[in-house]
Amino acid sequence: MSAAPTPSLGRREFLVAGGAVVVGFSLAARTDLARGAVPARGAKAGPPDPKQIDTWLAINADNTATLYIGFVELGQGTTTALPQIAAEELDLTLDQIKTVQTDTNVTPSQGGTYSSSSIARGGPQVRTAAAEVRQALLKLASEHLGVPAEQLGVSAGIVTAARMSRNVTYGELVGGKLFEIPFTGSAPLKSPADYKIVGIRAPRKDMPDKVAGRYAYVQHQRLPGMLHGRVVRPRGQRAYGVGAKVVAIDEKSIASIAGARVLRKGDFVAVVSASEWDAVRAARDLKVTWDDSPSLPAFDELYAHMRAGETQDTVVLDKGSAADAFDKAAHRSSFSGRCPYQAHATFAPNCALADVRSDSALVMCSSQDVYGVRRTLAALLGLGEDKVRVQYCDGSGTYGHSCYDDVALAAALMSELAGAPVRVQFMRADEHGWDPFGPAHVGEARAAADANGKIVAYEYQGWHHHWSLVETSQQLALGSAPGEWPNLVSQQVSPQNCGAQYAIANRRLVDHRLSTAKYFRAGWLRSPLDLSMAFVSEQAIDDLAFRVGTDPYEFRRRNMTDERWLGVLDAAAKAAGWQLRVGRVAPSGEIAAGRGIGLGTHLASWGGAVAEVEVNTRTGGVAVKHLYGAIDAGLVVNPAIVEAQITGQLVQTASRMLFEEVTFDEKGVTSLDWASYPVIRFEDCPSVTPVVVQRLNEPYSGAGEEVMAAAAAAIANAFFDATGKRMHEFPFTPRRVLAALAGA
Amino acid sequence: MASTFHITVNGKRHAVSAAPDTPLLYVLQNELELRGPRFGCGLAQCGSCSVLIDGVERRSCVTSVSAVEGKRVTTLEGLPTWYAEKHKLAKPPALHPVQQAMLDEQAAQCGYCYNGMIVKASELLAQNPAPSDEQIRAAMNGHLCRCGTYPRIIAAIKRAARAIQESKA
Repeated sequence: MSAAPTPSLGRREFLVAGGAVVVGFSLAARTDLARGAVPARGAKAGPPDPKQIDTWLAINADNTATLYIGFVELGQGTTTALPQIAAEELDLTLDQIKTVQTDTNVTPSQGGTYSSSSIARGGPQVRTAAAEVRQALLKLASEHLGVPAEQLGVSAGIVTAARMSRNVTYGELVGGKLFEIPFTGSAPLKSPADYKIVGIRAPRKDMPDKVAGRYAYVQHQRLPGMLHGRVVRPRGQRAYGVGAKVVAIDEKSIASIAGARVLRKGDFVAVVSASEWDAVRAARDLKVTWDDSPSLPAFDELYAHMRAGETQDTVVLDKGSAADAFDKAAHRSSFSGRCPYQAHATFAPNCALADVRSDSALVMCSSQDVYGVRRTLAALLGLGEDKVRVQYCDGSGTYGHSCYDDVALAAALMSELAGAPVRVQFMRADEHGWDPFGPAHVGEARAAADANGKIVAYEYQGWHHHWSLVETSQQLALGSAPGEWPNLVSQQVSPQNCGAQYAIANRRLVDHRLSTAKYFRAGWLRSPLDLSMAFVSEQAIDDLAFRVGTDPYEFRRRNMTDERWLGVLDAAAKAAGWQLRVGRVAPSGEIAAGRGIGLGTHLASWGGAVAEVEVNTRTGGVAVKHLYGAIDAGLVVNPAIVEAQITGQLVQTASRMLFEEVTFDEKGVTSLDWASYPVIRFEDCPSVTPVVVQRLNEPYSGAGEEVMAAAAAAIANAFFDATGKRMHEFPFTPRRVLAALAGA
Repeated sequence: MASTFHITVNGKRHAVSAAPDTPLLYVLQNELELRGPRFGCGLAQCGSCSVLIDGVERRSCVTSVSAVEGKRVTTLEGLPTWYAEKHKLAKPPALHPVQQAMLDEQAAQCGYCYNGMIVKASELLAQNPAPSDEQIRAAMNGHLCRCGTYPRIIAAIKRAARAIQESKA
């Protein structure tokens, strides 16, 4: 992917630069070319028409293709895997596929890059578009060579007729011109059995520039004449409903920083300066008195507060009669768990650039949804959506909705107030303190089995709140009411994670929704709520296996019928060399070792994991020694990329189970850096074994977050196997571990 | 008030105008327009901004520009040349062996922390050509990777160590 934005990388330039070869063919493109009417891409506001084939692909004069995709590169390999799909259907090599930066004037609207859906949703679009382009190209080649299309073969974009020496390239046929044909989705697709590029371990296209230090992240972008900006906020957010209220600003406090200016709109306060260091110092030194009234529950009372809070209740699923079946069953298990707020804590604080004029705006940012943030920016600035252009540039990994939209809005507000282009980067405390956190969760699960060890009843109740809808910058600048996201599956008790792994006749799931305004701003954090629900649900299942007196792997197998779930469970157990046993191994000295197994997913796909842990019974320290994780994501386009994704998921899950927890007092968040919000480091990192369960004939599904729930459960179950005690709360800090070990 | 400082970065001398307490990071990023060292925390907690100062890994976010006058600063961009000088090669390789190994292992996810990872690992291998896993973990522990690519980084450092040894054989 070209790292620098290419706002005017239009066909006109290809024509001028490449010198199109005009050949005899009958598409409308030729007439347009004669008129010189091929429009420059990016000249007008998108989204381009998804029903036109030209929106998706262009064939360039140099016999390459440019793929226009609305999914963004987050380090998850989208700009390698989607080109693999295009190259496959087009009969081009992977090197012949280019991509461009996601840009609301250039790339189609495919929805945001979330729910690990780039391949699941984008893959079929790219595949069918590429097949249709190939079909159109073969028609042109047929006319050009005077040979029926069925007798033509293609390799690396060179079309050759059987038993003829003549050939023609894609570039010669259409290089630089539009097809101007509708995208019908009707072209025949290659059979997976014939795949040569889909399914291979192609190296990531973005990797060479990243290791060489050439890659331009959003933090490296510059606009002519720009100022550097920093936001000025309380250190740590208050309750979402409260926002932040300015009592007084003492501008004289930064009088010694000559180049710095204070900007203000409502309670949105910021500083700008031509020098970045001056902006940093000014934001640090500006004396602002904020309303400091308590707005949050006390840290130690959070879960009791949630459990007692006023809720909107939804029965998500009610099959059979779970309560009756539970009461009558031979073996019963009840388990409750408490799961913390966790932060995206992007490695690099978010950054954005904006150039806001009276009648237009350009914003460069790392939003996972460029069209979504364009809509928000247009409303904020009072401009039409077609007057706002949003260009995507990678930041550091985000793992969901971090402050990328918030910083984009901050940059736009600051550019509007300063009358100049502005680059804004959050400081570490801004990012940690004002992140839309993954919501806290309280879960209560009950499961029961009959005398033969068959699970007959399952119930899950969950307490949490939804995601916040209004970004901090907007809330502070305009005083906007604290809206919440409407009901979406990722904010609710999950039918996929809560018991769906097993064949259970009686199952009931109840969701208890709290008011976000009384808690923290929140957003989707990689595998939203899944780690929490699996932590509770899979410990209930594990406990039931223990009560029945069966090995937890064997117990699960006996209660499963779905071959996809069985596939990942078996794959993880096999990788780990799981030996059937009942009861734990006696600890040697103060170190207790154990192994655990778990199943879970996000929305689609299937995840299974095994964990090996060691617990120091004297210090309360927990070491995750090895994690084995298997994902079945249907047809995997690039197994190497999915293995990398599994590795990252397993390590991040260990981090979330052992270390990560947002801390706060009644006035606000107190975990504001890497010391107060620790994450896993080298010395605590487990060994990992990623396993891809390849299913060539199944549709693509997601692979960016689907083994985290399983791994979270496996770690919790391994703790039990090691110690005979269950953890009801994470992260597993020494204090909590020692309390659990001392408990009955 | 701004003063002029003469700093040597990747073998080239530069005169830069900055307030004396300006962190070196902002000078490298904004005045010299280097993409290697980059902001992560400003608190020396994460290693995003690491550079070598006289061959020793330092955090440029908390090192003032005035403190590096008369010293040699090497950034990610300068590592191939730094390596060539250390190993008396006729010309610098395209990539430092650690960079090449990161590429061969396809180690990175987002890649943002790789500036610090590569700088620190290059320092480590200059001091200890054949580090054990434990030594690698201990040396690298001050560098965060939020994407969780640590196992791949460890594999890449071991691969680079082997490559350096083999190149001498």
